[in-house]
Amino acid sequence: MNAPVRRLRADRVTLAHGGGGKAMRELIEDVFVSVFRPDGLEDQARLQAAALAEPGARLAFTTDGFVVDPVEFPGGDIGRIAVCGTVNDLVVGGARPLWLSAAFIIEEGCEVALLRRIAASMQAAAEEAGVAIVTGDTKVVGRGSADRVFVTTSGVGVIPAGRALAADRVRPGDVAIVNGVLGDHGAAILAARGDMALSTDVASDCQPLGALVEAVLAAAPGTRAARDATRGGLASALNEIAEAAGCGIVIDETALPLRTEVKGLCEILGLDPLYLANEGTLVLFAPEHEADAALAAMRSVPAGRDAVAIGRAVGDHPGRVVMQTVFGGRRIVDMLVGEQLPRIC
Amino acid sequence: MKFADEFRDPAAARGVLAAIAGVTAEIGATADAPIRIMEICGGHTHAIFRYGLDKLTPPGLEFIHGPGCPVCVLPMGRVDECVALAERPEVIFTTFGDAMRVPGTRKSLMQAKAEGCDIRMVYSPLDALELARRNPDREIVFFGLGFETTTPSTALSIQQAAAEGLANFSVFCNHITVPPPIRALLDDPRMVLDGFVGPGHVSMVIGTRPYDFIARDYGKPIVVAGFEPLDLLQSVLMVLEQIRDGRAEVENQYARVVPDEGNPVSIAACADVYEPRPSFEWRGLGEIDLSGLRIRERYAGFDAERRFAIGYGAARAAVPEPEGCACGEVMTGRIKPRQCPQFGTGCTPEMPLGALMVSSEGACAAYYQYGGGQLEPAG
Repeated sequence: MNAPVRRLRADRVTLAHGGGGKAMRELIEDVFVSVFRPDGLEDQARLQAAALAEPGARLAFTTDGFVVDPVEFPGGDIGRIAVCGTVNDLVVGGARPLWLSAAFIIEEGCEVALLRRIAASMQAAAEEAGVAIVTGDTKVVGRGSADRVFVTTSGVGVIPAGRALAADRVRPGDVAIVNGVLGDHGAAILAARGDMALSTDVASDCQPLGALVEAVLAAAPGTRAARDATRGGLASALNEIAEAAGCGIVIDETALPLRTEVKGLCEILGLDPLYLANEGTLVLFAPEHEADAALAAMRSVPAGRDAVAIGRAVGDHPGRVVMQTVFGGRRIVDMLVGEQLPRIC
Repeated sequence: MKFADEFRDPAAARGVLAAIAGVTAEIGATADAPIRIMEICGGHTHAIFRYGLDKLTPPGLEFIHGPGCPVCVLPMGRVDECVALAERPEVIFTTFGDAMRVPGTRKSLMQAKAEGCDIRMVYSPLDALELARRNPDREIVFFGLGFETTTPSTALSIQQAAAEGLANFSVFCNHITVPPPIRALLDDPRMVLDGFVGPGHVSMVIGTRPYDFIARDYGKPIVVAGFEPLDLLQSVLMVLEQIRDGRAEVENQYARVVPDEGNPVSIAACADVYEPRPSFEWRGLGEIDLSGLRIRERYAGFDAERRFAIGYGAARAAVPEPEGCACGEVMTGRIKPRQCPQFGTGCTPEMPLGALMVSSEGACAAYYQYGGGQLEPAG
């Protein structure tokens, strides 16, 4: 990239910026390429295959679309979430993330300054996660056909030989551990929308979890499975695992880590924090003899400071998640029905 | 969490549970001949399942889930009228989110929205008023739904609209009141109830006096209860103690929130705006005298029924329930949700057949979500 970067002078995106001509080049080069600095501007990224050549290694590939509303919120923005979300989808499968693509659907009239902030935030999150944004695309649609900007990221990573994190490996007796407090992302988005005129200091937990998973796998290599508790919250992640593993899961209500503000928000609005979305929180299952090691490893990294065991897999009620309530009562924790909040990520 | 955790203290709960078991035994109630207590309010139904209270109380005590979920008792014909209003191109139809998934004959509001109707979920009728101010060329209709808890806020929004002279705001009034269906249930010879847990938030508005007839005329105890688990357990204990002692009184467990005389400002606003309908249809219960509210003549301009010529009265034919739907049987306590042949198969929260499966306060949805009856050993 030796040619001088074309500068984009417009304040707002117009349909011309999607037209394939000079204006589009200015948008792409000035707003995105100058920040992501991909290696070349061909229509595809050309990547070294060496990392994939290790015998027994597997390629991991995932994609995710992001439509969060509002686009910027306490603790992050759509760019940060687009990087962290896709990175976390890779790392919970044991992959080391390498490369991302980023595609932007931009609504006519979107402020260029917003796009610049999003690009900077994506690059910062990518550096934090140790991935490179190597290719991308932009499209501009007429006003009303999108809401400011939607982002789609795809990610490629490598699963080293010998790793096999998968929900169907969970066995009765395994311990369920979460890395931090639940529901911050959902609560932050809800408050940021302003519909409820509620003010709170809760910020999204949006963060990449690669370092956390690597630390756990080094200390507890027998770890069975991990899931990031995004849309549908912890309840949905646990239900997916119970179903895949064909065992039951029991969690202890008193052990669930929740901020007082999030609990309060849920009380006022009648929401259940078990279903609130997270963007930097995962649940993993470790065999009992490695559970302490996994917990200690989590607590040794910033993203796992508040890690805590919340329950375990059991042989009873296969496919079902049951919570021991604060009272010693028991109730089923089902999958989320309908939607608790639209456009959460 | 302050003001909540105190009412969820497990040690205190164990004490109350032990007392409940003791009094139930003193009465001589057993699983075969249980004491049946109806919690009138859907919020209580939800709390019972959320905290697993039904698993902690003795087998000689049975909870019957009452008609106090406004979404659940909304007749299907009224949902159809909501959809028809929303389908008018000039209308922005505003509603609480709970009502979106209630099935109508043709479709739910959720389906109508997906098909292009302008339907907005609001958190308060004041949000609908704001929409009316900002969209003077559109007709803003607010779906007034609920018991005495939501009735005052709708009344205040109508008074406010009148004061501002807003010409494009109206309310499709489906507000209902708690005492008449209780009377109807008590008059039903098939109903065997021993006492009631009364609704806390409704009573915050109307006070406790409107329940006097339950104790005086029907000889049944009623205790107005808060919504935390300890509130509920303590109220159940108070009902049981009345039964044991042969008393029938209106007691107020929720005195920290509920004054006996209610909230005079709310009562006055409601009296100004509404008058009782001669009768109103309740899903599963049928027509109940004086159980619904309509907007008074003096606020006719804000009444969507008058504005859009929607009748309610003799000319109106009740829309039959979908085939196989046993919501009425469940609502009157004659069967448990799991005894309905459609439960969990033809009727789920994702694809509800009957209204009790729609709202999280509906008995069937609570059973389904929290696994009522599924955690017990087989047999």
